[in-house]
Amino acid sequence: MVSVNGNTHESALIQVRNLDKKYQRGSEEIHVLQGLNLDVDEGEFVAFMGPSGSGKTTLLNLLGGIDLPSSGSITVAGDEISHMSGSKLTAWRARHVGFIFQMYNLIPVLTAFQNVEIPLLLTSLSKADRRTHVEAALAVVGLTDRMHHYPRQLSGGQEQRVAIARAIVSDPTFLLCDEPTGDLDRHSADDILNLLERLVKDFRKTILMVTHDPRAAERAQVSLHLDKGVLIEGQKTGR
Amino acid sequence: MKFLPFLIANLLRKKVRFIMTIGSFTIALFLYCILATIERSFNQGVEVAGADRLVVINKTSIISPLPFSYKERLTQIPNVKHVTYCVWFGGIYQSEKNFFPQQAIDLKTFRDMYPEFKVVPKYWEAFKKDREGCIVGPSTLKRFGWKVGDRIPLRGTIWPGTWEFNICGTYDGTRGDDDLTQFWFRYDYLDERRLPEFGKGTVGWYMVKVDKIDRAAEVVAAIDKRFTNSAYETKTDTEKSFAADFVKQIGNIKLIMLSIGGVVFFTLLLVTGSTMSMSVRERVGELATLKTIGFSDTTVLLLVMAEALTVGLVGGGIGVIVGKIYTLTGDPTGGLLPIFYLAPQNMITGLGLGIFIGMLSGLMPALFAMRLRIVEALRRV
Repeated sequence: MVSVNGNTHESALIQVRNLDKKYQRGSEEIHVLQGLNLDVDEGEFVAFMGPSGSGKTTLLNLLGGIDLPSSGSITVAGDEISHMSGSKLTAWRARHVGFIFQMYNLIPVLTAFQNVEIPLLLTSLSKADRRTHVEAALAVVGLTDRMHHYPRQLSGGQEQRVAIARAIVSDPTFLLCDEPTGDLDRHSADDILNLLERLVKDFRKTILMVTHDPRAAERAQVSLHLDKGVLIEGQKTGR
Repeated sequence: MKFLPFLIANLLRKKVRFIMTIGSFTIALFLYCILATIERSFNQGVEVAGADRLVVINKTSIISPLPFSYKERLTQIPNVKHVTYCVWFGGIYQSEKNFFPQQAIDLKTFRDMYPEFKVVPKYWEAFKKDREGCIVGPSTLKRFGWKVGDRIPLRGTIWPGTWEFNICGTYDGTRGDDDLTQFWFRYDYLDERRLPEFGKGTVGWYMVKVDKIDRAAEVVAAIDKRFTNSAYETKTDTEKSFAADFVKQIGNIKLIMLSIGGVVFFTLLLVTGSTMSMSVRERVGELATLKTIGFSDTTVLLLVMAEALTVGLVGGGIGVIVGKIYTLTGDPTGGLLPIFYLAPQNMITGLGLGIFIGMLSGLMPALFAMRLRIVEALRRV
């Protein structure tokens, strides 16, 4: 279940209350997000749409703990993250969040296997266990046969699949996708969206996705609209 | 260890730049090794000088002789244990370029004065039996391809004519810094052949060993007092002080070496620092991604510092090894630097300098990476 009216919803995995984000640009104060409320249950696939500058990416950054709100609270799986210290937030991100970027953000000098292994380097897993996890993640995205290829040797769609494998390898609580199909052709974009759907259906992953593409938003279970920093109840897509 | 493949991949991302940076360290550290070797060579006399040995020279100058008769008078001075004497020969073997130190020594007293030089008994016995005999250091033997039993001609520069010597043996040093280039021959052979007007009956300098080191100052004063107002007044000093004064006459070698080394390392720091900064700025997006994934600020700082450390360690290590190999090939000046020896402590210092410069050059870029704000950095990608 997804709601934006701020009514207490105890079972929600993600609870956002009265979230405000302001930026100072010279003497001008810019209100990017204003009193935003959001509840997302586990296993939901939510799309955020809206024009440029509406605050979509800012919201994603706040939910992912890479930016701090001006006021309000964000609670994920019982952890209130809006007042966490920098080091605690870093550890929290490593444990709970999988990030998927528009430009994939792979390390070009590492192979697909090594890129996927990066989050596991922060854990106490043995080399053998890391290998098992990485191979499993690459199998989920269908790139077992490309694990020793470098990003430059992969197509855009394959690179994004490696990025998804990297995001899921440590089994995070939820995934944040910032325009995951924005740099792909229609065919590759469909493949990525199919994969994200499968992560929700087969692995009960919770996914929050920012997109400009209505066809991508249609693939989510719920589509929400952000305009001038205010979240508007969207429609259920019926998927 | 689990970050090692990541570290190596990052270092090798621009191979030419990596090789050039390593090369800068290698050249700088090689230069350091050579400078340290030269500095050590100049100061070798000071380093190995015996604390209980005194040098007695003519007060006018070291090239003015002293009478042979002073030997007995020196022996009579209280706290004097041994006295020996030497004469600088200055002969030429084939060409002026083939410099090596040659001195006429007293067969009976020389070894009491210099126990650090070891001569096997059969060589010394042969030397005692052969008036034209000589003992040659292993470095000089190797340099000219001589061997025991060879007859060597030297052209005299102070005492004219061709002087021929039979190599009776060689010696060895008991310390790493001992001069193994010397050529000793018998004083009686020199004195017999030279003409009266060319210093017959004189010696170049005396060496005096005291029985107690703490009496050295008293003995120095007593010797010079004994010969005051004589035709050959003396100037006595400890061997260490004498060697140090000798080096000072050439110039402040240490300061020259430090100045050159300082400029080289400062330039290296600027070049490497700039390279490391460039390398980090090119990776702002990647560093932001790592931080997003969960790498802490400290981990990112350590990763960048580890890269800088590796460059310093590898480049510096190669430089030190190449420097050591070069010094093992021997004195490149043809005899001006008889002890061309890179000591282990200089190698360790060199490696430490490489690591220090590497770390220092990586510090600013590492701090930049540590302070990088994820949101701003991701916007640049």
